[in-house]
This record gives sequence, C-alpha cells and structure tokens, in this order.
Amino acid sequence: MNPPFLRIGAGAGYSGDRIEPAVELAEKGRLDYLVFECLAERTIALAQQRRAHNPEEGYDPLLEARMAACLPACKRNRVRIITNMGAANPVAAMKKTAAVAERLGLKGLKIAAVTGDEVTDRIRNMDLRLLESGEPLNSLRDVMISANAYLGARPIVKALDAGADIVITGRVADPALFSAALIHEFGWSFTDFGRLGKGTVLGHLLECAGQVTGGFFADPGYKDVPDLARLGFPIAAASADGDFVLTKVPGSGGRITTATCKEQLLYEIHDPARYYTPDVVADFTGVRFEPLEADRIRVTGGAGNPKTGLLKVSVGYLDGFIGEGQMSYGGPGAVGRGQLALDIVRERLAFLGIEPADAQFDLIGVNSLYRSALPAGAPAEVRARVAVRTADRSIAQKVAEEVEALYTNGPAGGGGAVKSVREVMAVRSVLIPADLVSTEIHFQNS
Amino acid sequence: MQLREIAHSRTGDKGNIANISVIAYRESDYPILEKYVTTERVKAFFGDLVTGEVIRYELPGLGALNFVLHGALAGGVTRSLRLDAHGKSLSSALLGMEIG
Repeated sequence: MNPPFLRIGAGAGYSGDRIEPAVELAEKGRLDYLVFECLAERTIALAQQRRAHNPEEGYDPLLEARMAACLPACKRNRVRIITNMGAANPVAAMKKTAAVAERLGLKGLKIAAVTGDEVTDRIRNMDLRLLESGEPLNSLRDVMISANAYLGARPIVKALDAGADIVITGRVADPALFSAALIHEFGWSFTDFGRLGKGTVLGHLLECAGQVTGGFFADPGYKDVPDLARLGFPIAAASADGDFVLTKVPGSGGRITTATCKEQLLYEIHDPARYYTPDVVADFTGVRFEPLEADRIRVTGGAGNPKTGLLKVSVGYLDGFIGEGQMSYGGPGAVGRGQLALDIVRERLAFLGIEPADAQFDLIGVNSLYRSALPAGAPAEVRARVAVRTADRSIAQKVAEEVEALYTNGPAGGGGAVKSVREVMAVRSVLIPADLVSTEIHFQNS
Repeated sequence: MQLREIAHSRTGDKGNIANISVIAYRESDYPILEKYVTTERVKAFFGDLVTGEVIRYELPGLGALNFVLHGALAGGVTRSLRLDAHGKSLSSALLGMEIG
C-alpha cells in the first residue's frame, strides 16, 4: 500500500552548506527521504579536473563528512538518501560511502551510483550551438574540460525500484532529485505531466534548502527571521496527488511563510509558465501558498506540460585567469584616495603594456555592486579593487602585485592589501536530443 | 515611497541572465507593482549595469512580478569580474526604486 504522506527533507542547498541541519532532519524530521543538492553550474567541471589528476577523486569534497554525520540516523530511522554529490565520479562516491558505512558499523545498506550524464566525448564533434552566444561548440574545442547533461528522474527511480537505500548521481536536474522519490513511492507515470509538474514545484522549493525556511531572506525591520544561526532545513509532506505541506523541525531556527515560499518559487526562474526540466515543462503560474499554522504552508496548483525531448548540457572550459588586488582607505578623503589608487593602477597597466581581455576598477563602498546606478554618500572607508581577466597567468599575477605595490607607491594610508590569481572555469550550455544519453546504474552493499 | 515599503525581492542567476522577483507583501498591492514597476523603469534603473533586454512576467495570483534581465552579469557568473558575480545584491537595489 502506498503511504498517505511522503516526507522529504532537503539536507543541503549547495556544496559547502551547513551539515547539522541535515543531521537534525535525519534525527527528528520523521523523514522518508533526505536529499542533498550540492552541484552548482561549474562545480562538476572543477570536479572533472580533480578526477583527471586522480581517478578515485572527483566527487563532492564534503561527501565523506556529510555521510558520516547523517548515515547513523538515516539507517536507524530508515531514511533513504538521494544526492548529486557524485559530481564527476559517482562510482567513486558510492565506494567512499560504502567505506564510511562500514567504518561506522552500518551493515546492509544498498548504495547506487548513476552514471551517463558525462557526454564530453559524445558531443565534442557534434554541430551544436552555444545557447548563450550562438557560436559553434567547436569554438571551445581546445579548452573544453567537460560536458555533462542534466539527467531526469528516471535513473534515480530505477535505482530506488531496485531497492537502493542511497542513490548518488552526477549532473541531474535539481528538482528531479526530489521528484524521483515521489515517482517511485506513488507510482507516477512519466507521462503524467500534471503530477510531474507538481513534483517539480516541490523540488524547486526545496533544492536550496534553507532558502525557503528563512535563509537569504532576512531584512531587519522589514523581514525578520528568528535564530538564523540555527536555521532549520525544509521538509515537504506530499500526498499522492502531488500537493504538499512545507514545514521544518519544530524548534529549529528560521521561519516558513508565504513570503519565503514566493521568493524561492521565483528564484532562478525565467518564464514561470515554462520551467524546463528533462521530465516535464513545469508551470508555476497556478501555484498557491496557504498558511495552515506557524511554519506550515500548504502548496497546491503546480502544473506541467510535455517535456521537450532535449537535454541541457553544461560545457565547462578554461577561460584564462583572473588576477585581483584590493586595498582599503579610510577617514576624511577616503573616496578621493581610493579613486587615486585606481587611477594609479590604471596608468601603471598602460605603462607596462598590459592590456587584459577585461578589467574592472571598483571602489567597494561606492560603486562595486551597482556602478553609478545608486548614489553613494561619503563612506567612512572604501576598498579599491582591481580585477582583470587575461589568458596569461603571469599577467594576472602582475596586476595583483601592482595593487599591493600601492602600499609604498600609492596614496596615503592604504591598508589591508590582498591579492589573488585563479584559473577561470567558465560554463556554457548546449541542447542535445535526450536519446543521445544512456545511463547506467551501479550497486554496492555495505 | 520606496518599493521596499510594499514589496520584497530576490535575485537568481543563470549564465549571463539575472532574474529579480518583486513580490507584494499584501496581494492587494499588486496593482501598484503592475503600474509602477514597469519593464522600462527597471531597465532605466539599472542603466549600463544591464546590457540586454528586460522582460517582465506577471503572476497576479501570487501578487508578484518576475523580471528577466539579459546581459546583467558581465558575461556570467563563472567568468565575471564583478565582486558580486551572481548579481545577488541587485534585488536590494531595486527595492530603493521610488513608486507612487
């Protein structure tokens, strides 16, 4: 018999997220599933580089810590785990998770890894256009590091159908990590686009974890949120028709209101009537939020239309280096001295014949966020910041050093210089037919 | 009056595109948003910060607008030189828009 309500918790909203809220959910959330979404756009390309250096690497750096913290309570309370912490190496992540379970004395866990999202070699020579610029994909051929297709829920559902307690994926559409649990438990059809749309609403609201329970929301005096230092992560209690109640562990920090829900529903959305996923084109326009009691919101009205048959692929490529330097100025005349500092660096770069592909000169405290769009007053302190992007690491380094050299060569009272150089892993997208991608599921028992 | 008095807002990012939701605290204030927070005013508000087209989607059932700003992230999160490469702070600026 199907359960009347399925309780799904969100244990992470990004790869570096706090760990204790997930433990709290596993212990006190009365969960059926705990989902960790940990893979931002370029994370997988960076992970691919780690895997190239070491074939046992390339999964999420916090996988071991998260699993070690959560597995005991998940095993005790029979909470199944779904996560994209496999990143560029789900099979290695599966092995590592099994090792963690064994170290903790947790026997009999069935762990699955989903592969097939990586399509680097498959698409390398295809005639595809970059979505952002319309340029051909092969303009990136010499610098391309990785290409990963956004998979849908299907391979996760297959792993759950086969009895997996833990499913570890690479690139998967974020909401699919959640809707897979609903599809498996309630036996939804992959052509039931109305329900798949509701599952997408659930997944979209939960995928950033604390962002729907009061994180990324507080604005003192306007939007107050209690106890953000102990922010509780969200739980959806879903019924078989796909509508659900959003809540969190009683006593945890944060709050869930119609306002927090609306902000998260529209987060990273373009046309709200057409939210494209591999499984469904979801329609958020009819979604309604009904407050039941404190920190309990009923969510109804999600809808969906047939999928497009295309999958988005994120292409990671190396795009030179960013060199950056910063220096602070304070007291009366701070803005004038900060501006002088920027002018000096600008002139130095010209004098040295440095012509970066792109350069940014900011006064933090005056114009670093909005340029001239907002008026600045007379701040007590400013921070001069110079950043350049260039193909040559040594040029990036030189620019960073020129900012530091303002100490003894620049305006009065400059302090707190920092400099950095980093390689740029940029991401572009292409669309490919879904039938080009074939997935595989691997299993290991602890 | 500033937009902040009747609405709240959040920015999201995808590539070189930012979206900014503008949500009425009271759904009865939605017509004010619809009237004053127009595509043209949002485009003008951000000036040269946004190089491309601005599109407005309306969600009267939620009392909300969603603005999609093309070319708002200086080339996109992964390669932008901006301090706030995601544009997460754009929403806070927009709440300073004068309305009414």
